[in-house]
Amino acid sequence: MNNLGVILRRELASYFATPVAYVFIVIYLIMSAAFTFYLGGFYEREIADLEPFFRFHPWLYLFLVPAIGMRLWAEERKYGTVELLLTLPITPTEAVLGKFLAAWLFIGMSLLLTFPIWITVNVLGNPDNGVILAAYLGSWLMAGGFLAISACLSAATRNQVVAFILAVVVCFLFLLSGLPLVLDVFRGWLPQAMVDGIANLSFLVHFGSISRGVIDLRDLVYFGLVIGFWLTANRIVLELKKAD
Amino acid sequence: MIEAKSLTRRYGPLLAVDRISFQVEPGTVLGFLGPNGAGKSTTMKMLTGFLAPSAGTAVIHGHDIRTDSLAARRQMGYLPEGAPLYGELSVERFLKFVAETRGFRGSEAHRRVAAAAERLSLGEVMAQTIETLSKGFKRRVGLAQAILHDPPVLILDEPTDGLDPNQKHEVRRLIREMAPDKITIISTHILEEVDALCTRAMIIARGRLLADDSPTGLLARSRYHNAVTLTMDDLETAASRLGALAESREVEVRRGHLTVFPSSQGNLFDAVTRTIHDEGWKVDQLQLEAGRLDEVFRTVTDAGEAA
Repeated sequence: MNNLGVILRRELASYFATPVAYVFIVIYLIMSAAFTFYLGGFYEREIADLEPFFRFHPWLYLFLVPAIGMRLWAEERKYGTVELLLTLPITPTEAVLGKFLAAWLFIGMSLLLTFPIWITVNVLGNPDNGVILAAYLGSWLMAGGFLAISACLSAATRNQVVAFILAVVVCFLFLLSGLPLVLDVFRGWLPQAMVDGIANLSFLVHFGSISRGVIDLRDLVYFGLVIGFWLTANRIVLELKKAD
Repeated sequence: MIEAKSLTRRYGPLLAVDRISFQVEPGTVLGFLGPNGAGKSTTMKMLTGFLAPSAGTAVIHGHDIRTDSLAARRQMGYLPEGAPLYGELSVERFLKFVAETRGFRGSEAHRRVAAAAERLSLGEVMAQTIETLSKGFKRRVGLAQAILHDPPVLILDEPTDGLDPNQKHEVRRLIREMAPDKITIISTHILEEVDALCTRAMIIARGRLLADDSPTGLLARSRYHNAVTLTMDDLETAASRLGALAESREVEVRRGHLTVFPSSQGNLFDAVTRTIHDEGWKVDQLQLEAGRLDEVFRTVTDAGEAA
């Protein structure tokens, strides 16, 4: 794993060498503020918490995280740099993990830059900062789940637009798997236990409990498993598709 | 030493590389010669560990590419086809990244990058973003990352493709400079390059190894090998007179040139010069042919196709 850090640093250098990083951060901050104040009714509620801020994160990530993830492998394949990368003495695991961690850290960095809203709520009232901290953690974990899905699907194509659309669709299914919209499709022909299983895959359910300040080990394990599963799939897809 | 053992690669139903075997010793510049889509690049991708062989394997200085891929890759510097690079990075940042993946840290990494940059005259563009560089400079950056760790094996896929004649010359000079103690494998479809650069050449077509010889050995397979070509005013007379020589097998007049092909006896060139002298012909041009690589290439690949 010596080369994990090397790949991570190169990836981050690429984000900041292009407008990708700056555009993402600015849009992310503007959108999250707009959602919080206009749709969330941050002031009107007159409650000192960040619920209206975190409530919209799943929907924000649904589009912004695939936008970061779509380039991870599709771009490497399109420009042929994947051949350069994978013939250097690094393992595929280092490459997959290094790229993922760089993007995840970058999203984490953007998330931290929302700190003015935390200052605001502390100036206006006395919020439970433990709950806020838990919600930040949950938000970052959920972003990791979305990102792992996007990274895997990015390895499946050399076209970034295709990668983006596939990732949004799959993320959307994961987001909503607890809602009737998705469950009704399965209810007719799958046993109840499996339908319950699918319902349990929902990002919304697991994020919901963390963002209320309840850090349940099961929710942490859930996001860990989602990330692990999709990154393993990423390795396999990369191996299968790199020759095309 | 590199030893390829029945390297085979399939893409679905397509057999891209078909049981290619060879051995290469240090000091060799080996040229893979073949039409586009012949399997040259695929063979290189397998040697460098990018693609797993469908069957067979290769051993790079004692490290099997299937079972010991990382160690095998440490022995190699590789320039993939088209020299792909991370365009958004500066030359310096990119080379530093490659140096780090090669296990160099801190001042050693810095020293390696500086040495490679010096060797390829990249000094003036080190701070520049790669995508803003000219094609020639990009190729040099690609070569710099390949030689940075001074590998005993260099694998260069079409290193001069798309460069102008001066840049081609420059890249060939660099390869020749680095060659003496290394194994260098280049692929090309430019025939002159084999003559200019390689000590050994392999003709590959349709995934199969059709010829494996030195460039001179390949030239000797040409029907033009040791033929004599001349130009003068009265080609008809010359053709009938030279065709009658015991040393000549056949004559051919084409585009104002007369070519006499040698028979198995005597020295044709001597016989022709003697005849010219005796007859008092005024000859504009007289040339002993080494052989024509393009003709050998066509013959070998056509025969491969027919087989």
